Amino acid sequence: MIDTLIEMFSYTFLVRAVVVGLLVSLCAALLGVSLVLKRYSMIGDGLSHVGFGTLAIATAMNAAPLTVSVPIVVLAAFLLLRISENGKIKGDAAIALISTGALAIGVIVVSMTTGLNTDVCNYLFGSILAMSKDDVTLSIILAAVVLTLFVLFYNKIFGVTFDENFAKATGVKTGLYNMLIAFLTAITIVLGMRMMGALLISSLIIFPAITSMRICKRFRSVTICSAVVSVVCFFIGVVGSYVYATPTGASVVIVNMTALAVFWIANTLKRREAI
Amino acid sequence: MALIACRDASFSYEGNIAVSGLNFTVESGDYLCIVGENGSGKSTLMKGLLRLKPPRAGIVSMGDGLKPSEIGYLPQQTAAQKDFPASAYEVVLSGRLGARGLKPFYSKTDKAIVEENIERLGVGPIRNRCYRELSGGQQQRVLLARALCATKKLLLLDEPVAGLDPLVTQELYKLIENINRDTGLTVVMVSHDVRSAVKYASHILHLSTEQIFFGKTKDYLQTKAGIGFLGTEGNGND
Repeated sequence: MIDTLIEMFSYTFLVRAVVVGLLVSLCAALLGVSLVLKRYSMIGDGLSHVGFGTLAIATAMNAAPLTVSVPIVVLAAFLLLRISENGKIKGDAAIALISTGALAIGVIVVSMTTGLNTDVCNYLFGSILAMSKDDVTLSIILAAVVLTLFVLFYNKIFGVTFDENFAKATGVKTGLYNMLIAFLTAITIVLGMRMMGALLISSLIIFPAITSMRICKRFRSVTICSAVVSVVCFFIGVVGSYVYATPTGASVVIVNMTALAVFWIANTLKRREAI
Repeated sequence: MALIACRDASFSYEGNIAVSGLNFTVESGDYLCIVGENGSGKSTLMKGLLRLKPPRAGIVSMGDGLKPSEIGYLPQQTAAQKDFPASAYEVVLSGRLGARGLKPFYSKTDKAIVEENIERLGVGPIRNRCYRELSGGQQQRVLLARALCATKKLLLLDEPVAGLDPLVTQELYKLIENINRDTGLTVVMVSHDVRSAVKYASHILHLSTEQIFFGKTKDYLQTKAGIGFLGTEGNGND
């Protein structure tokens, strides 16, 4: 086991991927609790499809992927939030419109430039080789920003998640904090997308939150538990994918599924005992 | 100056006028009950008083330098809250958010106010329990404690006894009455329980998509609207 780890971390590209991956799983898990409880889970999914479109465009333009993706996905996040709050089109339909639209644009752009090849496969399902050295630096800075803002605004995020009307009526600027949540989510999605894949990144947001809600009863313990679950699952997933030569993103999701099953069973057993 | 004053105000709901012709004032220390049948515009007016909705016409003014961060609100429960993982203490503490402004963490004063209200409403024994596992009456107590943490001046309650059993309902009414009497906190309550409204409130506002009556409770009991509404309610319950 230890030998495998030492061997694994002798590759610098793997060290980079693991560092960024751990940070992204941490950010995603923290935000995920709020998003799942606000019934915004699908926003994460929608944003990852927008991210796919922007990656395709960035590659076609020969630009650095993160610098193109971050602003566009942040914009899309604000737009989705706006629509789901007061639009005539209901939130879930709006998300489907935007995500499939972005996916279509991405596919067209890719097929016109490089053609549908392994690149597309990597965008959709993730690749551990995607991280360059500059990417890592930028990812660490952005992840630090997400974590700092989350800790500073933890109490407000609880307030707007539990009861937005109460918060708004008592003078909390709920619009601002909803935008903050959307902003942080967008950044997290873009950071994690290339490793986890556009189709799989939203699992990092949803799984840990749902898993920890099986057992924990308080907002704070749910948040901490889902952070721990997410980081542990990511690490096991990456090591597993190295040992069995499986795709990284999918392996992480499989480990998350297992964790959810374990927590579910544990909770059911606990309840039985109580009766 | 009155705490709340409405002059020829009307509010709309999804584009249609929900309630109009509103002329009433609420003074400090009043206990106003807003009554009326379903769809009479009670909840829409409540949203207006909370400034979640601007008036379609007329003026709604808040006196005595009342800021949004000084309003306490007990909303109707939403579906999302029914499975929300949060302890009773976390919920009560969030009542202090409005007073925090941009400052990130709660201060000692905030926590002292929270303890005071937990004590006052008897939430102490259930403070570490999960909110969604509490009974309906306990949940309302927690939400009332949260509302009291947010205000020293004005408490707005939206159907606070909906879905509670009769015993718990009476307890909650007593609690609200005591708060109004002991602290001088102004109470505005939306309710369709008109019998309890005339029993506890000092003023009544009767709506039926427009204002039918506003005034002291004892005057309301003499009006046609009051007699009629109480009468039909009675028949309905018997």
